[in-house]
Amino acid sequence: MKKLILDSIGKSQHRGLNFRDLLYNNEARAFFFQVVTFILVVGLFYTAIGNLFHNIEERGINTGFTFLKNRAGFDILPFLGNYLVDYTPESSNFSVFYVGLINTLVVAFIGIILSTLIGLLIGIARLSNNYLVAKLAGGYIELFRNIPILLQILFWYNLFINIFPHPKQSFAFFDIMFLNQRGLYLPKPIPEDGFMVVVLALLVGLIASYFVKKFYKKKHELTGVHTSTWPFSIAFIIGLPIIVFLVLGSPLQFDISVLGKFNLKGGMNVVPEFLALTFALSVYTATYIAEAIRSGIEAVDKGQKEAAAAIGLTPTQSLKLIILPQALRVAIPPTINQYLNLTKNSSLATAIGYPELMSAFGGTVLNQVGQAVEILAMAMLVYLVISLFISILLNYVNKKMAIQGR
Amino acid sequence: MPVFDQQETRKPPISQIGAVLWLKTNLFSSWINSVLTLASLYLLYILIPPLLNWMVFDASFSFGTVNFFGFEIKFSEEMATNDNCGRVGACWPYIYEKLYMYTYGFYPRTETWRPNIVFGLTALLFVIVPLVKNYKYKNRVTLSLIILYPLISYVLIAGGFGILTPVDTDQWGGLLLTLIIASVGIIVSFPIGVLLALGRQSNLKVIKLFSTLFIEFIRAVPLITILFMASFVLPLFLESGNYFDKLLRALIGIALFQAAYFAEVVRGGLQAIPRGQYEAADAIGLSYLQKNVLIILPQALKISIPNIVGSSISLFKDTTLVLIIGLFDMLAMVNLTSNDPYWLGREPEGFVFVTMVMWAILYTMSRYSRKLELRFNTENKN
Repeated sequence: MKKLILDSIGKSQHRGLNFRDLLYNNEARAFFFQVVTFILVVGLFYTAIGNLFHNIEERGINTGFTFLKNRAGFDILPFLGNYLVDYTPESSNFSVFYVGLINTLVVAFIGIILSTLIGLLIGIARLSNNYLVAKLAGGYIELFRNIPILLQILFWYNLFINIFPHPKQSFAFFDIMFLNQRGLYLPKPIPEDGFMVVVLALLVGLIASYFVKKFYKKKHELTGVHTSTWPFSIAFIIGLPIIVFLVLGSPLQFDISVLGKFNLKGGMNVVPEFLALTFALSVYTATYIAEAIRSGIEAVDKGQKEAAAAIGLTPTQSLKLIILPQALRVAIPPTINQYLNLTKNSSLATAIGYPELMSAFGGTVLNQVGQAVEILAMAMLVYLVISLFISILLNYVNKKMAIQGR
Repeated sequence: MPVFDQQETRKPPISQIGAVLWLKTNLFSSWINSVLTLASLYLLYILIPPLLNWMVFDASFSFGTVNFFGFEIKFSEEMATNDNCGRVGACWPYIYEKLYMYTYGFYPRTETWRPNIVFGLTALLFVIVPLVKNYKYKNRVTLSLIILYPLISYVLIAGGFGILTPVDTDQWGGLLLTLIIASVGIIVSFPIGVLLALGRQSNLKVIKLFSTLFIEFIRAVPLITILFMASFVLPLFLESGNYFDKLLRALIGIALFQAAYFAEVVRGGLQAIPRGQYEAADAIGLSYLQKNVLIILPQALKISIPNIVGSSISLFKDTTLVLIIGLFDMLAMVNLTSNDPYWLGREPEGFVFVTMVMWAILYTMSRYSRKLELRFNTENKN
């Protein structure tokens, strides 16, 4: 029997490779399909890019990135980016890119904080045993997640500039903050000499409180004696900077807006475009975060809570040590994904003219220069980097939160 | 002689029955809950009455005489104008006047029957497919409908072919355009998405690499950049370099974008199929095509149906973005119609109207998706 098999193998080896063998050989097939795909894709790219260069040349569109050095020649809605970059129409196209990038990051940053707060609130309210509160939270989610985000942005923006009062009749909050159709007027902080020392004190406070926490945690693990660290944290993070601030003689002044003849003067103006965009993005994204948090809390087995009670943990301890760590493991990954979505959705500012990346750079500069390929490639690259950063963060969090198998 | 005197059973205290008990357990179980309840009531009080006043009580409903399927309904002597509508409440006659624009855009008024038939066909489709569920040839019927329906719709809406007056895509607009973009987007991107998902799960390194790169790239950038790419750069990739139809360009962009998202959804389904299914298919000697079409995909797609609907909901929301590249979908009509000198400054009414329509469609879709999810979720069934 064995001989027979060996013989047949030997025979087939003697025959060598013929076409039929190749056709039914898995590796040969795999190789063939991959080569075909490769040739197709590369060929497609080759033709497309060849056509692109041909068409660009025919139309007399410039190529390359020299346009970045050219004068931009248009004004950008004054906002944080402008203040940081000192933007004027004489600045280069590259500063437009830079201003846009800063404005995108500002919207994303504030939107992420706001949406997390609203989302936490709504997500917990949804699970409240208070019927009215739970229903209201549910209604909020059903209402805002089923309206396209662009519609919400346009709606709030329109409401802002058409319904809110003229500067003369601004809503005033203690004569420090004003809200009218031109936006929100906040006191503008003007740091004086020595303010950096206060910032430094805050940093020192943060580091000190971290080490204090670490020290007492180690003590707790070694001896079982628990020490509350929050008084130390408050003393270091809030107390220390305040003391330094007072010792140095309050090195921070505020420029408060004053009602002029037609408009409010001075202070820091937060433009309505920013307010509408951030508000709409936060409200919309919060519905998804709320759902993530709700499903996280619901994912924790009821037995966990009962077990915690059985070993004598107080409700606070059980929430802090048992429920939340497990709930967050489920809730955090989708929440981080929503942060990415929020950042991507901030590009819808194009519709209302808030000067973020896609509006100022991908819109205005593109219309002026006409080099769509380079400009869109740069804009896409920025979003790629942001999303790459967020997926690295996500992987890190997932790894950190993964259940430790034994 | 002591006689047992039966007393009437005492009723439970008022706090333990009916509405009072419900109120106590659900709204006033603790002082924190009482405060929350009162705060919620106050919130409703400051939100609901002004909204109702604006939408109903202070609003104008002077539509004049309305012809509703042949019935003459008289709302008022004559239709309100922008001026006598007032600014305190909503001016619904504006919506009535512009309803045509919101529904069909600039579609020629004499040809309205054509989109109407398509709307009717769409509704019919939703009736027919569940009806033939138990019919022997249901797959053939469904498949032919899937092929026939877009063809008939296209011929009806676009016209041409020597039968109907051609209507240019520039004239399509409003809800019609929104529905066209959404349905074309879903129908075209779905097969691409399935192929990409299979590609990403494939053992062939090159195919896997290209699929993964495409999916991850598209998912990392916002739709608006893809739409800009499709509308400014895509024509330059073609040999002629002509800027062809604007709607077609947008559709290509949207379909590619959506395909990447569908691919991830389907991949989720593919990964949920136990290895044994793949191995069993291999063991009985099925080819790659047979294995996927007969064994893997039917199961994987079934699992991913709720997520497919969810992804379609996102696509429907994303159709509004086409207004940025200059197509007049329903949302774009708000600014367009309230720039009409006769109806200046009626954006709030427009936004509220579009919100109501969009919300109704999206809410129905999301309820449907949740229903499917419950139906397919056999995991926790006892």
